[in-house]
Amino acid sequence: MSEPIRVEDLTKRFGDFEAVRDVTFTAEAGSITGLLGPSGSGKSTVLRMIAGLETPTAGRIWMGNEEHTDKSVQERRVGFVFQHYALFRHMTVEQNVAFGLAVRKMQKPEQRKRVDELLELVQLGPFRDRYPDQLSGGQRQRVALARALAPRPQVLLLDEPFGALDARVRQELRRWLDGLHREIGVTSLLVTHDQDEVLELANKVVVMHEGRVEQVGTPNEIYNEPATAFVAGFVGSANVLHGHMVGGHVQFGEHRVAVSDELEEGTAARAYVRPHDILVLANGAEGGIAQATVERITMLGWLSRVTLRLDGGEVLTAEVPNEDLEGVNLGARVRVEMRRARAFRAPDAVTPPEGTGQQRAAGDPPAVPE
Amino acid sequence: MSDLAVLDTPQGADIRRRRRRLVRAGVLGACLVYLGFLLVGPLAGIAWTALKSGWHVVPDTFSQTDVRHAFYLTAIIAVITVVVTGFFGVVVAWVLVRQRFVGRSLLNALVDLPFALSPVAVGLACMLIFGRGGWFEPFFAARGIQVLFALPSMVLVTIFIAIPFVIREVQPVLEEVGTEEEDASRTLGASVTQTFFRVTLPNIRWALLYGIALTTARSIGEIGAVLVVSGLTQGSTETATLYIYRAMEDRLFSEAYVVALTLAAVSIVILAAIEWFKHKRIREDET
Repeated sequence: MSEPIRVEDLTKRFGDFEAVRDVTFTAEAGSITGLLGPSGSGKSTVLRMIAGLETPTAGRIWMGNEEHTDKSVQERRVGFVFQHYALFRHMTVEQNVAFGLAVRKMQKPEQRKRVDELLELVQLGPFRDRYPDQLSGGQRQRVALARALAPRPQVLLLDEPFGALDARVRQELRRWLDGLHREIGVTSLLVTHDQDEVLELANKVVVMHEGRVEQVGTPNEIYNEPATAFVAGFVGSANVLHGHMVGGHVQFGEHRVAVSDELEEGTAARAYVRPHDILVLANGAEGGIAQATVERITMLGWLSRVTLRLDGGEVLTAEVPNEDLEGVNLGARVRVEMRRARAFRAPDAVTPPEGTGQQRAAGDPPAVPE
Repeated sequence: MSDLAVLDTPQGADIRRRRRRLVRAGVLGACLVYLGFLLVGPLAGIAWTALKSGWHVVPDTFSQTDVRHAFYLTAIIAVITVVVTGFFGVVVAWVLVRQRFVGRSLLNALVDLPFALSPVAVGLACMLIFGRGGWFEPFFAARGIQVLFALPSMVLVTIFIAIPFVIREVQPVLEEVGTEEEDASRTLGASVTQTFFRVTLPNIRWALLYGIALTTARSIGEIGAVLVVSGLTQGSTETATLYIYRAMEDRLFSEAYVVALTLAAVSIVILAAIEWFKHKRIREDET
């Protein structure tokens, strides 16, 4: 039966380096929980600790009502899927899938029956006698999944399972995994740095950064109501405007943008605005908060990415449906309006700066990733 | 400039191609002469000298008990050496690749010591330790175990000399296959022992066999260290190589050549095995 996973105050130090710090969350039984973060955020270490492949420095791990913290890898009954498949290269597909059954001394006829079931599930029946090097990347990862599921694990742990695949296969496999999960309903924990992956697959997302949990929420919550500046910048892309709070607005340079967050007057703050929340008003339209020049237009299918330079010098990226592009040409003068801006306290500023329009801090999340 | 202009024409390309072919043929020829002179020549010489008075010298030589005993002793030493260095070689390679500890790089460097040390010096060191007044001499003497001038010391020095082969073959392969498959095996419920025999060992098997082949060849051919510690007792502590050494001194040329030829033949078989293992290993690396 599928069990929930709970980790409490999980911490892992490698020498002086703290890879994971006080991580707490629950992955509900039968659902997919995403662990999202940039590389080096500690998410894979959390997964490996849950599997028992790493020993936590502190904290506890539960599966259902059973504490797993000090159990050996063998006793935990987890299914683990690795980024680079980790298939046994000297074994056929069939032997790979049967491995977890064979080491548990299951009877041969039963093994065969279970392997047949799984090969059918991952649609690789005709490939049972092939070796891993005779399969494509997508097929290998399906074998790895079948192998992990064969011993009926309580939980399934996926460590960047689509990371080594090309974009099209990744999309396909993601959709396929979604369907598969609906069928088998095993508690799953998916580690990834790809936000599209969690937004599509996960019921719940744990965003990690520098070994800590930044936010736990539904995909909708982490996208639309980011709890921290990091989440706002990492999940989806955002324009970042550096300034300070003035009457419910973030004042940056000569301009100000209304924000829904209540921060202390005068605090150094950053406004985060999603590219699709920037409206470009062309053809002499009135309104908006600033005047800008169109610097670049990139067609991305049904919409276009428009790079704008405000008169104050700030560069913004807007995403505009192609049908709204009339009058938006290279070098055109336009008005810019911003919706749904979020404000976060600048990490390095505590006291309000005196009369400065713009604060720029190094080491912040990039304004517009990619 | 005008020269280059000529070389740019179709005829020029022809000239360049011919020149290149000539250089290539020259280098190839030099290699063949060099290797032929130094490798094939002596081998052919031994074969010809051994067999020039007829094939009957082969059964004649092997009918002698001390010849048969010499080969028996060589085989015993080679088998023990292969078993010991094979087992410990894998263990040491595993520790060097997978464990992080103080002194790891020192140990790693130390593994190559037998390559650098002269075998005669190894034999001498063995004499000093186990000989009269040596550190371990009282211990074994009290128990009536003859180490020096007997099989134990001969095996010991051969093992010492053969230590690096398996380690140095297995180490890079272990490094390359990484730990992911072992991790996968553990999460699938395999114990550490099951993981080693079902996952790790199959992954290093060709490298291990390659290392074993090198070890075998080396221990069969060893003479320097064994010569020092054997005491050269005819028919007792005389290996095949030592037999050749003595036979030459006793002017038993025909016997010496036949034994040498046999050793050479064994080496060629091992060489073929090595090539085959190497081929297998490279093929698996590509996947």
